[in-house]
Amino acid sequence: MMLLQQLEVGETLADIQLEPVSRLDLIKYAGASGDYNPIHTIDEEAKATGLPGVIAHGMWTMGNLSKLFTSYYEEGFIETFSIRFKGMVFLHDVIRIQATLAEKSSQALRFQVRAVNQRGEDVIAGEVMYALYEL
Amino acid sequence: MFQSFIGACSDKVKNRVERGAVKKFAAAIGDLHPIYIDEETGRKSRYKQNIAPPTFSRVFDYGTIDGLNLPAKGLIHGEQIYTFKRPLLVEEEVYCYTEIMDYYEKSGKNGKMGFLVLHNTGEDRNGEFLFKAKQVVIITETVRKEISV
Repeated sequence: MMLLQQLEVGETLADIQLEPVSRLDLIKYAGASGDYNPIHTIDEEAKATGLPGVIAHGMWTMGNLSKLFTSYYEEGFIETFSIRFKGMVFLHDVIRIQATLAEKSSQALRFQVRAVNQRGEDVIAGEVMYALYEL
Repeated sequence: MFQSFIGACSDKVKNRVERGAVKKFAAAIGDLHPIYIDEETGRKSRYKQNIAPPTFSRVFDYGTIDGLNLPAKGLIHGEQIYTFKRPLLVEEEVYCYTEIMDYYEKSGKNGKMGFLVLHNTGEDRNGEFLFKAKQVVIITETVRKEISV
């Protein structure tokens, strides 16, 4: 497998396109995270707060984004993970997660990360600082 | 409306990185990687143990702040920043607490919105830093009206 440190600035990790967002995804995340805010699972409750329907937990999308880095656990770890929630994710949206190397040193790699929907809009965007272990 | 809570802090709560909870969480974010769930992979890794996904700390109990009753529904998450010392290990104990760092309001096209800034911190049993999660929660006009009734 490729080492993260072999990546050059400007290069990207392989994108992952997620399956269309399903209600079951959000129910599972609610259960696993303990975040039972009903705007994520019950249409009537979402509509009562002015939303067109249920929206995904921002933390669900952020959690998905972190999987771009999971395979590199021997090389380093996510030291900071900062995200702005920029747009809502609705049922059936098709989300793609991306990471681009912005800066590198011998101790850390700085990635710009984002999740975009099928219309090319950012739903979350931010940075990952990946601390490298000494090899 | 939450100004008076700035600086408030909860008591530390002991949590455990439960194996079953990690597996359920990894499944919920579509990341059932062996480093999270396979004991053999964990043992052979540099961590000598399975680890938890970075956003797993969401599931911990951070205690409560007296008098602070956030609405159970309608809150919007604006920003989230994690800082980690290292990945959390499966089965380790983590001592967690929450602090209210700031509260301010801004007027926008959908009325006045409140911004509550929280820090959720995790430490080991010796009080050594493990992680911090800064969270900005947006309280919309609609929700503000509901809770002031």
